[in-house]
Amino acid sequence: MKTCLVVDDSKVIRKVARHILETLEFSVEEAEDGRAALAHCENAMPDVILLDWNMPVMSGMEFLRALRRAESGGEPKVVFCTTENDLAHIRAAIEAGADEYVMKPFDRETLHSKLQIVGVA
Amino acid sequence: MEVSSSSRRILASLLETRTGQQLAVNRNWRIDTALAPIMREHRFENLDHLVTKLVTGSSPALTEQVIEALLNNETFFFRDKLPFDLLMGGPLKRIETARAAEKRIAIWSVGCSTGQEAYSIAMTFAEQEVRWRGWKIEIVGTDISRSAIGRARAGKYSQFEVQRGLPVMQMVRWFGEEGEGGWQISQKLRDMVRFEVRNIVERPPEPKQFDMILCRNVLLYFAPDMRRLAFSRMADALAPHGALMLGAAETVIGQTDRFVSDAENRGLYVPAAAAAAASRRVA
Repeated sequence: MKTCLVVDDSKVIRKVARHILETLEFSVEEAEDGRAALAHCENAMPDVILLDWNMPVMSGMEFLRALRRAESGGEPKVVFCTTENDLAHIRAAIEAGADEYVMKPFDRETLHSKLQIVGVA
Repeated sequence: MEVSSSSRRILASLLETRTGQQLAVNRNWRIDTALAPIMREHRFENLDHLVTKLVTGSSPALTEQVIEALLNNETFFFRDKLPFDLLMGGPLKRIETARAAEKRIAIWSVGCSTGQEAYSIAMTFAEQEVRWRGWKIEIVGTDISRSAIGRARAGKYSQFEVQRGLPVMQMVRWFGEEGEGGWQISQKLRDMVRFEVRNIVERPPEPKQFDMILCRNVLLYFAPDMRRLAFSRMADALAPHGALMLGAAETVIGQTDRFVSDAENRGLYVPAAAAAAASRRVA
């Protein structure tokens, strides 16, 4: 079973994402900001990370840059999942090392297709 | 909303007469979902009132609107990636060899809906610029739905549509932002594709001889006799070296004798006459 870390400060989004991911047979962990997500990754690298952009304490971009610098931090696929839905943000995310990008709101099919594209579903 | 059996029969008959497509009993749920916006717009109290208006034939525009709503326009970019990759692999190499002299490839996307399949093919060719330099790649998308073809020609997609199935790198490369939450496909890809309003059971579009035909998740809505006719139209329009691709759950077996399975590429189909001629040559 593949593992997915859902990083989002919204409890509702984490719950929705968890529900979808579990129907896709993922084992799901949650983190409410970038710093908590880094702690998770130091403990065990997930196969894929679903990452929000704007979060308190440490943003999605700060987390992604720190992750990619870390040992084995290049391994997880990172899928941004955010309301920052313009080309400038999307390009910045790709440059920082994101593998895919989901614009909120999203549904099961969209998330599934993106997980297939990065090769984890 | 309850759909009475008489209203359902009338709607099914209207759809089949105008398009050849059937409204299967297991798609009953679609009727009220599909027609709810029309009911609201024209302030019909219930479906029977709407059907009564259709039966009197006093509003051709309303009839057209209802038929459009009942058609299934479900599609997305690079739908069913694996068979798509298969088609663009071995069969495309075979076609490339067969067309090496004239350097021209024609592809028909049947039941193309809002154009995502046709544009996915265009993207694939455009991303192999060196390989196809000097070639004329002609991609034709046809659909019976006038509104779907209008949207395909415009090449404008919602945020929901643009990210479904499409890798973000390709989205960034081939789309620009267009208004609030809209995305416009590039002019380069739009120039590679032509869209026409056309029913599969009518005569095929120009150039009439295609190297690839994609007809995915279309024929399952047709009655067996109409399906046979559609297969016949596609067989007439496919070059001897060409390939037909159906939806993942569709087959030619028991449907037509004009196509057979492609021995080298599971899930694709080739013209039966060409396959028979090839096996005679081997013998």
